[in-house]
Amino acid sequence: MITLHAITKTYLLGSQELHVLKGISLTIHSGEFVAIMGPSGSGKSTLMNIIGLLDTPTTGTYALEGKSVSGLSEKDQAHVRSRRIGFVFQAFNLLQRMNALHQVMQPLLYQGANRQEAQKRAEDSLTAVGLADRMHHLPNELSGGQRQRVAIARALVTHPALMLADEPTGALDSHTGGEIMALLDQLNARGVTIVIVTHEQHIAEHAKRTIHILDGLIHTQ
Amino acid sequence: MLYFLEILHSALDEIRSNKMRSGLTMLGVIIGVASVVLMVAIGRGAQKTVTDRIQSMGTNLLIIQPGRPVQTDVRAFFRRFGGGGGGGGSSTSTLTSDDVLALNKQVSGLRALSPEHRRSMQLIVGNQNMQTSVVGVTPSYPPVNNFDVQFGSFITEKHLKGMEKIVVLGQEVVRALFGTQNPIGKDVRIENGIFTVVGIMEEKGQQGFSNLDDIAFIPLTTMLQRVQGTDRLTAINVSVERPEHTEQVKVLITAVLLNEHRIRDTIDQDFNVLNQAEAVETLNEVTKTFTLLLGGIAAISLIVGGIGVMNIMLVSVTERTREIGIRKAIGARKRDILQQFLVESTVLSVLGGMIGILLSFGGVLLINYFAGFQAIIAIGSILLALTFSVGVGILFGILPAYKAAKLNPIDALRYE
Ligand SMILES: Nc1ncnc2c1ncn2[C@@H]1O[C@H](COP(=O)(O)OP(=O)(O)OP(=O)(O)O)[C@@H](O)[C@H]1O
Ligand SMILES: [Mg+2]
Repeated sequence: MITLHAITKTYLLGSQELHVLKGISLTIHSGEFVAIMGPSGSGKSTLMNIIGLLDTPTTGTYALEGKSVSGLSEKDQAHVRSRRIGFVFQAFNLLQRMNALHQVMQPLLYQGANRQEAQKRAEDSLTAVGLADRMHHLPNELSGGQRQRVAIARALVTHPALMLADEPTGALDSHTGGEIMALLDQLNARGVTIVIVTHEQHIAEHAKRTIHILDGLIHTQ
Repeated sequence: MLYFLEILHSALDEIRSNKMRSGLTMLGVIIGVASVVLMVAIGRGAQKTVTDRIQSMGTNLLIIQPGRPVQTDVRAFFRRFGGGGGGGGSSTSTLTSDDVLALNKQVSGLRALSPEHRRSMQLIVGNQNMQTSVVGVTPSYPPVNNFDVQFGSFITEKHLKGMEKIVVLGQEVVRALFGTQNPIGKDVRIENGIFTVVGIMEEKGQQGFSNLDDIAFIPLTTMLQRVQGTDRLTAINVSVERPEHTEQVKVLITAVLLNEHRIRDTIDQDFNVLNQAEAVETLNEVTKTFTLLLGGIAAISLIVGGIGVMNIMLVSVTERTREIGIRKAIGARKRDILQQFLVESTVLSVLGGMIGILLSFGGVLLINYFAGFQAIIAIGSILLALTFSVGVGILFGILPAYKAAKLNPIDALRYE
């Protein structure tokens, strides 16, 4: 599903080059549940963003579902993001002043779905994450766990093949974190490929494989 | 089409969910549009008022007044049409009925002469009284000054010969003294004399700076001999046969009167002849400057409004950049982002523009009602103000969006 070869990411800070990723090669198969661990600043989020097509690598090649995405135009990248990938962030990244229902409808509207259909699917998605009774709440009227569940509903409403979650439980207590992980387990059981970044061992244990990153390189996998 | 409705729908959602920012943006546009439309309307109205005024005075008019020639015709013009106030003092006046006879005999190209003696006096009916401009005139007053009776009759030759104590009232005076009653045949006390009302003038209305309806006419002979005891006139209005000869006639009149008054040197000239056309021109200059000034003020508020819109849009850029990052992460294309922001700021600006126009219409109605002054809305000013404000609104609405849409999604997401 995901094939990364010799991916590097270098930031230029003034005249100083900052090598964040130093040559990552990695294969993740369809249906896998992979956890990425590593110390803070080791480049986990950078790697996730590259996998999710939110960022571009400095060098290296990346193929998603057998097709190279390195040279895709901005428009085609947006298409892949929209159709194939779901994203969940540590900071939730919900749109402000937009209620849960509209929030979850948005990705479908970007796909060109009509409003009725989008609404129906968004309702289903929110029900699936246990928020049937919170559809008309604004983000600031929801608890942290509920916000993350809205984010997950928003990520899975398009039925993505790949779900990327960057510390999805980082801002939640362990009980709420457990509920979120149960949702991800369910998704994986339905065949969705899941990649998750975490600092917590017991979260990583939900995954079938853990990749350790150290200083921009894969340490063990 | 469905897609567009979709975008419009979410734009309206966005506008509604961010009332503060939407309101402030619209406010900028509203102020800009309303001030320009209103100011230009006032300027236009002032100009029209002056032109109407000129036309209502009668055409081809020369005005002879006692006293040294004034520096500008405008001052005399204002003095003559200074409303309720009295005319020049008879004690210093040098114009007499003899001058009128001389002009009639010696100057060709005159259509009619209308000598007058004007004084501010107290009019009393029962327990109502008012101070108004009382003018002694001859039957040639209406054609020369383009101001005639609506009911009853004006002063006739018979009234003049008999020095009769009759009066023709302006509508404002009728309203003040008689209310809704018909005054014709009733008596009015003017300076110890009882005058019978024989006619009512047509309504001229408030015209700019004075009310032409605040006036009363009596026979010139009555005014001179029975009321004032003098032979002095406060003005002679002359209508010229052909407009293109006005300047020549003015020269002729000056010559005849200098001779009549036995004045050799024009330095000692004790009267002056105003050409209405000149006065009109000067007055037009004045209103043009006035309009320009108003336009300047309006332009400033337009720019201030524009800067307001700009500020709000730029201040919200952080929040919006993150929003754009999120939208991209959930599948928005650059095109979707730009469309959304374009529609959003267009709706806001156009809505603001509409409200601005409505507001200026309201302002014009208020002015017309309370100032008794006809402000005129110019389509051009609406278009100009709308184009500018809406342009600024849209430009600064999509500029941040355009910049953010160019970023890597992750850079937009990280933007602080
Ligand atoms: N836009 C940027 N410009 C310069 N340096 C950056 C930029 N983004 C990330 N970095 C650097 O890259 C390194 C890796 O960042 P990254 O966010 O991938 O770390 P991480 O492994 O996710 O850490 P954490 O566990 O704390 O989230 C950090 O040292 C960071 O300072
Ligand atoms: Mg991170």
